Amino acid sequence: MKELSLNILDITENSVKAGATLTEIIIEELGDTITLTIKDNGCGMTDEVLQTVLNPFYTTRTTRKVGMGLPLLKLAAEQTGGSLEIFSKHIDKYPNSHGTTVKAVFFKNHIDCAPLGDIVETVKTIIQGHPDTDFFVFHKLENGEVSLDTRELRQVLEGVPLNTYEVIKWIEECLKEQYSEIQKG
Amino acid sequence: MKSLAELQAIKEKMKNKVILREGTNDTRVVVGMATCGIAAGARPVLNALVEEVNTLGLTDTVTVSQTGCIGICEYEPVVEVFEAGKEKVTYVKMDPEKAKRVAKEHLKEGKVVTEFVIKA
Repeated sequence: MKELSLNILDITENSVKAGATLTEIIIEELGDTITLTIKDNGCGMTDEVLQTVLNPFYTTRTTRKVGMGLPLLKLAAEQTGGSLEIFSKHIDKYPNSHGTTVKAVFFKNHIDCAPLGDIVETVKTIIQGHPDTDFFVFHKLENGEVSLDTRELRQVLEGVPLNTYEVIKWIEECLKEQYSEIQKG
Repeated sequence: MKSLAELQAIKEKMKNKVILREGTNDTRVVVGMATCGIAAGARPVLNALVEEVNTLGLTDTVTVSQTGCIGICEYEPVVEVFEAGKEKVTYVKMDPEKAKRVAKEHLKEGKVVTEFVIKA
């Protein structure tokens, strides 16, 4: 993956597949580190699955026997001197608080740290592909923050799908404006 | 900042259209968005298709959606076109420029762009 934002797109897919109704994507760029947290309320993983999930030869896909999403994210984090942690509560054991949290820490001054990349494009793509589930995006930078909550948008839209072209465009402009506000300081 | 009032206006505009549109989308364009597709550059391909389908005024008849791994990772980014009553067309090793050509020549004008289609 050339950009961390592509890893975000990829890992979020797991949350949606796990039946999450809400997935939180939190990016914190503070000091020397970028911390990426993807937290969902999906079905979670059993301890058994949790132990194998970082093995590239474990996958939920049926087309072939290799799953690279989490191993690639782990590699991307560890090659900067950072780390990856996964916490998960399976629905069978935790019927009221199930879900998975993936947290990756990157050291951004390390030469092997991939650029964060285009968060706006990633968020657009996620919402375009999954208009029926909710996402909360929060990007904290040294001098400001950017956020988007599809639950708020859904309330206004009253049934108009989130993947309507005009809505995706609005989301893009909304995020871009927030980033340019921060740049202006 | 973008206001929710603007979003409200979009809702008012789209509400009637949505009802009209139901059931008329007879062409489905699917982009492979698993790890393999994303790593190969599927995100800009998908977004180029969404843009172009709108620019060409095809949103009433064409739906662009995402899927997981299609099983031919080495040919990613992969774009599949499903049209009612026709055989599926699979475009491989796509990029945003190729995606725009597919939108114009195939989705709008009905001519399959054979040079991007996977060879059997």
